[in-house]
Amino acid sequence: MLHVLRQIAATGIKTEPPPSPAEEMVVVARLQEQILRTLGRALTIRQVDAGSCNGCELEIHALSNPYYNLEGLGIRFVASPRHADVLLVTGPVSKHMAIALKRTYDATPDPKLVIAAGDCGCSGGIFGESYASLGRVANVIPVDVAIPGCPPTPTALLQGILAALSKAASPTEPQLDASAGTHIDEPAP
Amino acid sequence: MNVSPLGMATAPLACNVPAQRCPVSSGQLITACRLAWEQGGQLVALWASDERDRERGFCLRVLLKDSEGLTLLEHTLPDEGARYPDLSAIFPAANRMQRAAFDLVGVQCDADDQRPWAWQAAWPIDQFPLRRDFVASPKWEPGQEDYPFVRVSGDGVHEIAVGPVHAGIIEPGHFRFQVVGEKVLRLEERLGYVHKGIEKRFEALPIAEGYRLVGRVSGDSTVAYAWAYAQAVEAIAGLAAPPRAVWLRALCLERERVANHLGDLGYLGNDAGFAFGLAQFSRLKEDVLRVNSRAFGHRFMMDVVVPGGIARDPDSDAVAALRAQCASLAREIRVLRDIYDEHAGLQDRFRQCGQVTSELAAKLGLTGFAARASALADDLRCDFPAPPYAALAVRKVTQTSGDVAARVAVRFDETFESLRLIEALLEAMPKGEIAAPLPEFPAFAFALGTVEGWRGPVVIALESGPDGSIRRCHPHDPSWQNWPVLEHAVIGNIVPDFPLINKSFNLSYSGHDL
Repeated sequence: MLHVLRQIAATGIKTEPPPSPAEEMVVVARLQEQILRTLGRALTIRQVDAGSCNGCELEIHALSNPYYNLEGLGIRFVASPRHADVLLVTGPVSKHMAIALKRTYDATPDPKLVIAAGDCGCSGGIFGESYASLGRVANVIPVDVAIPGCPPTPTALLQGILAALSKAASPTEPQLDASAGTHIDEPAP
Repeated sequence: MNVSPLGMATAPLACNVPAQRCPVSSGQLITACRLAWEQGGQLVALWASDERDRERGFCLRVLLKDSEGLTLLEHTLPDEGARYPDLSAIFPAANRMQRAAFDLVGVQCDADDQRPWAWQAAWPIDQFPLRRDFVASPKWEPGQEDYPFVRVSGDGVHEIAVGPVHAGIIEPGHFRFQVVGEKVLRLEERLGYVHKGIEKRFEALPIAEGYRLVGRVSGDSTVAYAWAYAQAVEAIAGLAAPPRAVWLRALCLERERVANHLGDLGYLGNDAGFAFGLAQFSRLKEDVLRVNSRAFGHRFMMDVVVPGGIARDPDSDAVAALRAQCASLAREIRVLRDIYDEHAGLQDRFRQCGQVTSELAAKLGLTGFAARASALADDLRCDFPAPPYAALAVRKVTQTSGDVAARVAVRFDETFESLRLIEALLEAMPKGEIAAPLPEFPAFAFALGTVEGWRGPVVIALESGPDGSIRRCHPHDPSWQNWPVLEHAVIGNIVPDFPLINKSFNLSYSGHDL
């Protein structure tokens, strides 16, 4: 026990100040005052891997390390969509995950927000749309905030999550274009 | 493997470890596999390709490994009605690979278990995505299959269904437990949820650009995959990467190993109720990722290993940071290891939990660090040392008890060894170019690349098409072998120990589902 306490004391506090919200990541202006009043700053997130390579998950895990200390900001990951305010969805949505993703969305109580994380979640990424992939998350459920990056860094993820929370978030035109993903099932000309 | 007693012809195979290929008849396929098993060989991978456009029907490929190297058995199936013999009685790991080969290519074996594996109703069951005449229809809606799980019946036996959306931040998969009270009688996995058509996607990419996709087969092993792919490309092109690139690749691979082991050591503490471990190890992992970013421009070193060499040479400041981190990490991890080792509650959870005996591991073909924790001492870096490992005398880490405690101990020891290797690599890093220009690629050339990733051996089988295109690329993750072993490791344990046992293996879903 003494070793543990000594190590905790020697490590000290590593938490860094959070970045500012990135409003350019806001896709759809569903973020009305009323929703934000309901959610407050105590946000709960249910993460759903809908087909990612696991790269985004590694960075989402990193949000909980002492440097980013997500829980210190009043934001935490929960084990059930029924306890969640936000769905944080990664990956191109594989067809095999589409039904599970929709059910998770339906099980999340209103008001709810959806954040698509990573290039695949934003545009389909390198996997695109195919016989097995539906591409970007917005093709399957409505998306409020899109965080690009392959994978997005913990700082970018934090900026996107804070943008979802930011009352100052000003709506911008959707940046995502379905044609940004690639479709591979078309026979080559 | 010496196949001459079977009267089989062999040809050398382009690969970074000793390898040969042999065309086999259906009878020879089963005899060769049996002979390999008797001589201590293991199944590495099994996959199929559509060769009808070249008047060769379908080709089933079975890759075996023994102490002499790799042997690729190639069996031609003249048409889609032809069947090949079931290999799962010899190598149980073949079961799921055979089922996936049917789902994707439509070649069938004569096994009793004909349940789908890669297919989960996203496309019609009589369509096969990896056939060359496959055309997907936008009308195909995601469907739901009714998978026949094996059920256990009896007094007080009930079923727990978990997933595909898990309670934590984990990849999706389904676990079906048959339990009595808290005790697990049986676990059956249903994977394939993250099947996103990776192998088909390769066929639309030029060889020179495939490294971006291969680096995203399994994000936690991006360096291992990219290096294996680069080796296959270089074997096809008859090209050698410059020495400095090869040494830097090994440096990246060892840092990938360190980062993954550190992350899992933290979660293993956490899953046993010791949150301190997660806080400490996740801090150290973050330190590693930040130095990666400084040295290679990416926290996980994605797109750093490229065919021909490496994309980025760390500057002198970054080299100093890489070197300084070896000593500081080793010092910190030693303190944490003492704390883990002396923590009675933690050790109580780790020991005799999720045990895989050496005999079971050998029978099921367990591979990678998990196999080394069950006294199966295979490590490509030691068994077939190529530059730069040949010069470094990698210490092979093994344990004998095969439980969570053994897998934890292997991860600690491998982390220390990787830190030693990183220091040695920095010390003797050759100077010079970091990439060789890529020549034109010959069409219809076939090569293998293999790398001992942190989880185990990653294999890339690559065949070129005309004009620098990819005709077929099959990535193989060691998780194919280890997922079925996890089903055995949990038998007789209690349900709450499953997360701990699962994390001690930490298998890939994406790398397996493709």
